[in-house]
Amino acid sequence: MEFLFSQFLTGLASASSLFLVASGLSIIFGVSRIVNFAHGSLYMLGAYIAYSLVEHSGLGGGNFWIALPVAALGVALLGLLLEVTLLRKIYHAPELLQLLATFGVVLVVQDAVLMIWGPEDLLGPRAPGLAGAVRLFHQAIPQYDLFLISLGPVVLALLWLLFHRTHWGTLVRAATHDRDMVAALGVNQASLFTGVFTLGALLAGLGGALQLPRGAVSHAMDLQIIVEVFVVVVIGGLGNVFGAFLAAIIIGELNAFGILVFPQMTLVLTFLAMAVILVVRPWGLRGKPQSLAHGAAVAGGRVLRRLPPAAGKAFLLVAVLLLALPWLGSGYALNVATEMAIYALFAASLHLLSGIGGMVSFGHAAYFGLGSYGAALAAKSLGLPMELALLAGPLTGALGALVYGWFCVRLSGVYLSMLTLAFAQITYAVAFQWSSLTGGDNGILGVWPSHWASGPVAFYYLTLVVCGGSILILRHIVFSPFGYTLRACRDSEIRADAIGIDARHHRWLAFILCGFFAGLAGGLFAFFKGSVFPDSASIGTSVDGLVMVLLGGIQTLTGPVVGAVIYTALRIFVSTYTDYWRAVIGVVIILLVVAFPQGIVAWTADRFQAWRAIRPAVKTKEKAA
Amino acid sequence: MLAVKSLCGYYGQAQILNDVSLDAMQGEVVALIGRNGAGKSTTLKAVIGLEARRKGSVIFDGCEVIGKPTHEIVRMGLGYVPEERRIFSDLTVEENLAVGRRPPRPYTPQWTPETLYALFPNLAEARKRPGGRMSGGEQQMLTIARSLMGNPMMLMLDEPSEGLSPKIVEQMASAILRMKAEGLGIVVCEQNLHFAKLISDRAYIIEKGEIRYGGTMAELAADDEVRNTYLAV
Ligand SMILES: Nc1ncnc2c1ncn2[C@@H]1O[C@H](COP(=O)(O)OP(=O)(O)OP(=O)(O)O)[C@@H](O)[C@H]1O
Ligand SMILES: [Mg+2]
Repeated sequence: MEFLFSQFLTGLASASSLFLVASGLSIIFGVSRIVNFAHGSLYMLGAYIAYSLVEHSGLGGGNFWIALPVAALGVALLGLLLEVTLLRKIYHAPELLQLLATFGVVLVVQDAVLMIWGPEDLLGPRAPGLAGAVRLFHQAIPQYDLFLISLGPVVLALLWLLFHRTHWGTLVRAATHDRDMVAALGVNQASLFTGVFTLGALLAGLGGALQLPRGAVSHAMDLQIIVEVFVVVVIGGLGNVFGAFLAAIIIGELNAFGILVFPQMTLVLTFLAMAVILVVRPWGLRGKPQSLAHGAAVAGGRVLRRLPPAAGKAFLLVAVLLLALPWLGSGYALNVATEMAIYALFAASLHLLSGIGGMVSFGHAAYFGLGSYGAALAAKSLGLPMELALLAGPLTGALGALVYGWFCVRLSGVYLSMLTLAFAQITYAVAFQWSSLTGGDNGILGVWPSHWASGPVAFYYLTLVVCGGSILILRHIVFSPFGYTLRACRDSEIRADAIGIDARHHRWLAFILCGFFAGLAGGLFAFFKGSVFPDSASIGTSVDGLVMVLLGGIQTLTGPVVGAVIYTALRIFVSTYTDYWRAVIGVVIILLVVAFPQGIVAWTADRFQAWRAIRPAVKTKEKAA
Repeated sequence: MLAVKSLCGYYGQAQILNDVSLDAMQGEVVALIGRNGAGKSTTLKAVIGLEARRKGSVIFDGCEVIGKPTHEIVRMGLGYVPEERRIFSDLTVEENLAVGRRPPRPYTPQWTPETLYALFPNLAEARKRPGGRMSGGEQQMLTIARSLMGNPMMLMLDEPSEGLSPKIVEQMASAILRMKAEGLGIVVCEQNLHFAKLISDRAYIIEKGEIRYGGTMAELAADDEVRNTYLAV
């Protein structure tokens, strides 16, 4: 009993820090509608900066209490810079591209932290004055935990006062509701956004710095917290601070008690809670329905285009080149091309789901990972030959999508995206923690193709045929009645409903199809690499897929393929030159979003059309002359 | 005070306004009349710089404002009340008014929550009520009051009579006349000719994004031919 009580307090203490970070994210989303992936990075920077201030300022033990506010203010300043230099340029870009740009920031910060503070975990000091423990009901409760527990409600109260008792707060609440109307009343949106973002960054930095006495500071903190914070914000209702507070307590307690029940599976518990809550309350505990249409969030008002007939010839040329590649390129080139083909299929399946279906998945790696593990386990544990094991890939992918999709299609917009992310994290957690089946961190090794396909040329052709064929099937689906129905549901669920389409069923089917093809890509990948690791289901892989789709442009079918090719090439190329390839890719992503908010293929197509529009005019003039 | 010259307005690639020119002085009410989809709302949005892209010239208070962001134009003293009202539904009536608050400027009518409650007595009874829980007519009053909190020199109203009961329409007309009497210039979009006649000194008729007629309200009321050509349903 007493032990449960102390566990309860531990839960409350983590809830407090979680709330600090989550409230910042929630406030930023409320006003700017930007899902700030980089919020976890700001949190991590808070912890590292506080660490350096404590360790290197030479003030001795007591200066943690000075370092705390200074680190928070430092992060606030960084947030301000980030808003002014980057976010301000992309407020009018489609939602997804904003997300991508903030993910670029995540990559840059990761490498910056690695460069400045090194790869080792750093251990901070205990909080001076609060290093001891208090005895409550025969249990030793760390004083610092009690401090954190009381800090949560204090911050909540301060935020409430700020938003309800100051003019600035009233403006922020008004802008959360209708930011253009606020501008039409003479309020400078830009400075309001800057202020809000800075406040959010301050809270994230404070949350990070407060972690210092509780554990090690590590460069994995950013993604770890951002996933938890997404969960909190979504359960609480986007943009709602009080909801974030409630949700933080729920998650904090679930973690604290879950560890007693399922020591291996706390992550799963958290995400299951989220799935259940969202299915019951699709807008979170305290949120409001979003007015955003799916289509607007994704396509930015563009329509899907078929390529001009001339492109057919270009495709033929590309196909011939691909078939002739073994004679043209080296073994290394074949390897790269094989990887590109697999990623192209992965990206194309994500494109069907997100671009055509309007369901932006942040967790497409779930199906890729399931496919990889499905194929690898079929080969290793069941001893099936490659031909059969490869079939297991798409089947596990589709099965996963069948289950996850059932939940996801009940939501829409950002909530749906977050739930897909949650399911991907569950998959990742299971792959990571169920060592007896998956080998955990060590992965599954020795997944080799059948003899006939074991040479690089044969495996290249196998991949080319399977991926090329699948992509053609996906293309066929897009222009089939099913594809049109999906797009109709994306553009207006209500209208689709009115003409008797069951949007949910179509979406679910789309999920299963996309899971199938992502799983196929995953299975191929397992045999290509000869091994599977939990990484294949990680956030990193999900985001890679999104970057590919968005790089190429979500409105064209060639987009994801081109995006996959460019992105894979870029990654391989950059990583041969520098260890800090993440930062380079991050910068490239940011620049691309700022320069081509519609994606490369759409941009090129626009230029091409503009050029064609001028050409006939020139020709007729020539004739007249 | 407000002089719009050859204003063109676009949504994306579609050109909606074609060379719209009109002007309005301080202390007068000018009506912009036209059928559904004629381009009335677009004209106001293009002037204030919301949503629509624009080209041409908009001189307000002696300055070219075509390149300026919305909030700066509003701060110069040009208020805008949108057709959809756009009340902040979670904020109370008082807070809705507070969002519109701007410092007073010389030689322009000044408003405080108290003077606005006197102008729209319905609001006075609902100070603490969330804007989302007001009736349509009350929301219309609130949205006008909210813009008046900015102490504008000129106010652009988009169909203030739309969807209101005849009694509330009358109240609205008298409120607008009181605002005019304070010295405010008003541009008002209308389809309701009767309402326009009650309040306006001059009128423009817009059709398919072009101004087709300009004159005093009295002339327009007397000119059956113009009325039948452009306004008969
Ligand atoms: N956001 C928009 N995007 C594209 N076209 C628009 C948009 N808003 C209006 N339009 C088009 O512009 C034209 C003019 O619309 P506008 O709203 O200015 O008309 P209006 O005169 O205000 O009509 P109403 O009396 O119905 O309010 C219409 O043909 C309309 O379809
Ligand atoms: Mg209108």
